[in-house]
Amino acid sequence: MRKFVTLFIALSFATLCMAKDVIIDQKDKTFIPTKVTVHVGDNIVFKNSDGFAHNAFSDNKNNEFDIGMQRPGEDISVKMKHVGIVEVECAIHPNMHLKIVVK
Amino acid sequence: MKNLIILSLLGLVFGSALFGADNSRWIRPADVPVPKDNKITPERVKLGKYLYFDTRLSKNDSVSCATCHSPFTAWADKNDKAIGVYNRQGTRNSPTILNSAYNLRQFWDGRVKTLEQQALGPIQANVEMDMNLTVLIEKLKNIRGYVKLFKSAYGDEGITKDTLAKAIASFERSVVSKGSPFDRFIRGDKTAISKKAQEGFKLFSGKARCNLCHDKFNFTDGSFHNIALGDSDIGRYAMKKRPAWYHAFKTPTLRNIAKSSPYFHDGSVKTLVEATTICANGGRFKNDKKKSLYMIDNHISADEIELIVAFLQTLSEESLDINIPDKFPQ
Repeated sequence: MRKFVTLFIALSFATLCMAKDVIIDQKDKTFIPTKVTVHVGDNIVFKNSDGFAHNAFSDNKNNEFDIGMQRPGEDISVKMKHVGIVEVECAIHPNMHLKIVVK
Repeated sequence: MKNLIILSLLGLVFGSALFGADNSRWIRPADVPVPKDNKITPERVKLGKYLYFDTRLSKNDSVSCATCHSPFTAWADKNDKAIGVYNRQGTRNSPTILNSAYNLRQFWDGRVKTLEQQALGPIQANVEMDMNLTVLIEKLKNIRGYVKLFKSAYGDEGITKDTLAKAIASFERSVVSKGSPFDRFIRGDKTAISKKAQEGFKLFSGKARCNLCHDKFNFTDGSFHNIALGDSDIGRYAMKKRPAWYHAFKTPTLRNIAKSSPYFHDGSVKTLVEATTICANGGRFKNDKKKSLYMIDNHISADEIELIVAFLQTLSEESLDINIPDKFPQ
């Protein structure tokens, strides 16, 4: 039993260590890139290279988030917690779309 | 010959500056976005036009789509807020339908995406046409002229809520800007607009930062903002309690703006000077803590506002270009 617990903790720790940051930039009112594949536990880091605010959000169940107003130059990170497709939009600019595939 | 070559080269250089990437964004794309299940055909536009102007689509046969979105008033109306059947007043100003085919979201609060989804809203709204759709479909089925027109436009699909919406949407997609003095200017005719208007355009795209939201050929990027008017309408926030949507409304097109007073979602502003001043200088209530981050006081002077307004006046369509039906299907 103890071995299993140790193994579980070790695996969890390994997963955490493997979690990576995936950069999504926002430039010219566009998510760059517009589609990305990540793994559970990875962080999506939203950058804002535009000279004005954005507000990324997703209403998809399990990975719902709203990062709020993001000023130019700010970085905001969101952890992908569950497997699935995450459709992301900007609350200000409805033409901005990003698809995140979480495996 | 040598002079001719030099002149041609000079023409190319200045021409490229004028027609470069920055200018192409101000020119309307030739193709209008159309959904796969509702391709535009002349039959559909013809049917949609009849329906759009037909007051029989309202509960008491008094109001049509064109009552609030008339070609004579820049495809909007002159009321602060829309007035429907039995003189019932709506809660918002009638937006223009000009270029609505290009809208990413419809209505001031963007609650639907497509013109098909939008078309049936005002027909049913209590303060607009107040018409029960089931009753309306039966009514249309009893008008032989409409039966023929629907058959011609949608074949065996018949007269349904869907084909009604599709037909009206098809007509609305045909209502696009055809040309203004600004369009001639941006295509290279430097005399098409005054020097004042040209200065105004520079301010619009520069110091006043209007183009952050009023961008591209339709002078809107479809974005949603709280412009700090101080009214009680919560706007897009009604869709979902998302902080960015509190009091937020869609950025309207500026095409025909000089002809579509009053302004803003509440129709509270009568003049273009006042509307421009509010937008360029941080909103009506500059200390509104929840206003859009885009509403910055750019300290645009009254003289500069005058120049921007001179530019905005060049966005008016030069011809009406529509034949309004004087007889309707019987």
